[in-house]
Amino acid sequence: MDTLTTDVRVSYPDFTLAVAQEFPGEGITALFGPSGCGKSTLLRVIAGFERSASGHVAFGDEVWLGERSFVSPHLRGVGYVFQDARLFPHLTARGNLEYAHKRAAGSRARYSFDDVVDVLDLAPLFERGATQLSGGERQRVAIGRTLLARPRIMLMDEPLAALDTRRKGEILPYLSHLPRAFGVPVIYVTHALEEVTQLCDRIVALADGRVAATGGVAETLERLDLTDVQGRFEAGTMLTGRIAAQDSSLYLSRVDVGGARIEVPQIGLDVGQYVRLRVRARDVSLALRRPEGMSVRNMLDATVLRVDPEADSAFAEVLLDIGGQHLRARVTRAAVADLGLMAGHTVVALVKAVSFDRQALPREPKAAE
Amino acid sequence: MELPDLGPLWLTVRLAAITTLVLLVIGTPIAWWLAFTRSRMKPVVEAVTALPLVLPPTVLGFYLLVFLSPNSLLGGWWLSATGSTLTFSFTGLIVASAIYSLPFMVQPLQGAFEGVGRVPLEAAASLRATPLDAFFSVATPMAIRGYLTATVLTFAHTIGEFGVVLMVGGNIPGRTKVVSIQIYEEVETIDYAAAHGLAAILLVFSFSVLLGVYTFNRRFPVHVV
Repeated sequence: MDTLTTDVRVSYPDFTLAVAQEFPGEGITALFGPSGCGKSTLLRVIAGFERSASGHVAFGDEVWLGERSFVSPHLRGVGYVFQDARLFPHLTARGNLEYAHKRAAGSRARYSFDDVVDVLDLAPLFERGATQLSGGERQRVAIGRTLLARPRIMLMDEPLAALDTRRKGEILPYLSHLPRAFGVPVIYVTHALEEVTQLCDRIVALADGRVAATGGVAETLERLDLTDVQGRFEAGTMLTGRIAAQDSSLYLSRVDVGGARIEVPQIGLDVGQYVRLRVRARDVSLALRRPEGMSVRNMLDATVLRVDPEADSAFAEVLLDIGGQHLRARVTRAAVADLGLMAGHTVVALVKAVSFDRQALPREPKAAE
Repeated sequence: MELPDLGPLWLTVRLAAITTLVLLVIGTPIAWWLAFTRSRMKPVVEAVTALPLVLPPTVLGFYLLVFLSPNSLLGGWWLSATGSTLTFSFTGLIVASAIYSLPFMVQPLQGAFEGVGRVPLEAAASLRATPLDAFFSVATPMAIRGYLTATVLTFAHTIGEFGVVLMVGGNIPGRTKVVSIQIYEEVETIDYAAAHGLAAILLVFSFSVLLGVYTFNRRFPVHVV
């Protein structure tokens, strides 16, 4: 498993990207950050599309960009899935797939044409032209086409950004299969935390052209100083749990998280499967005692780990421990004062069941953490 | 109406066909470079390529005559290499026509390549296609309408050539006497009947070709997403 090493710099009149970062040769790494932070530029540097980049890019011991060396994009073996699919308009879906397959004839094939077609369910689309496909279908063909080029690493530039919520939901499961089914490491550019939570194994967070944080998904998301990178509205944490029960009459799933049991709108998976749940800080309320007669379904016993009031604002972020996993609560500073919240206090965290994402993908127990 | 002398017509069609082929080969790399370069020389090259559009054919013809004559470097080398002159010969006409019709090949192609853009070429490179492979397998099919327009315009424009041919080629039957010159000669000698015949052929031919192109473009629009 070759590691991708980057230490690069790209300068524009109004923007500079300076990133030194290693990307492991397995799993899905989220390249995460707000629009304009340089995610796509970094991806283009890795692919070799950004000729003005200086510095160093290497895959294993193969140098792609050095002081005096530059390896052309077509020789790097980098697969690239573009936000706008970029299928060739003069070819059918099958033609697009075969275009890649033919040109990869020399590379070691760990999987066949039919494997890709099966996993992505592409056969029904074969004879359609690029313009006769829906956005989601186009993106599926584009992903298949990239896989058939037998890339050594796959770069995906917000592949779901142009799709509506339903189409996103259709493609997410396909994406989550890629690294395990085809053994290709993925760098996945996105500014959607939902995609990070469901798909990715680790995060490299960018802000203003620099790496702001990097690490496992759960640990990186709970870092309070990354609120700006995540966006205040979406900032939160990730919990991992096991589906303990399904209530099909009420359309609810009950998920074991540590010792606590969380009720969420029904997840279409079997009991016993592991899932990740994203909880936004603004969806968490705090109480000193278990309240009665409330519609909120989830009341979790929690311990306050830290209270961080925000300067010049009405708000404070409270980091909580629930059975070893962490929650963030965004409350007013006034509430912190009234409740007298301090590290070490025990509280009850309230989370509405409706605040969870509609979709959760199965995770392997080990990879779930 | 007497039957027109078809010799000049055949010569004209041959000249136009060969010129178009030559320009496909020469014009494609120029158009490609113009479409994708970031060089500061781009406007200079664009201006030079567009010169034949605005220069009077006599001016162009005059310079060509000077540069192709056996006394010039190029003309002299050609004479010693082949034993014949470039001026007042069919080969000279091809050289002159290629320069005269250059913008009609380069400009539509440049527009077509700009329409294709870097985007599909990056996609092709990410699928392991070499730049040359990507040119033939992606850029060319996507620019096919540009090629059709450029080919037809170049061919038709060469057919209609008059001034430059007269200056460089003169009026030698079977070698440099093209249709437009034949018609000019017939009109000068008040042989309107013969002029009518050839003129009508040219008119019908040109209209049919253009109609064919526009119909094709309508029926087979190339969608680019």
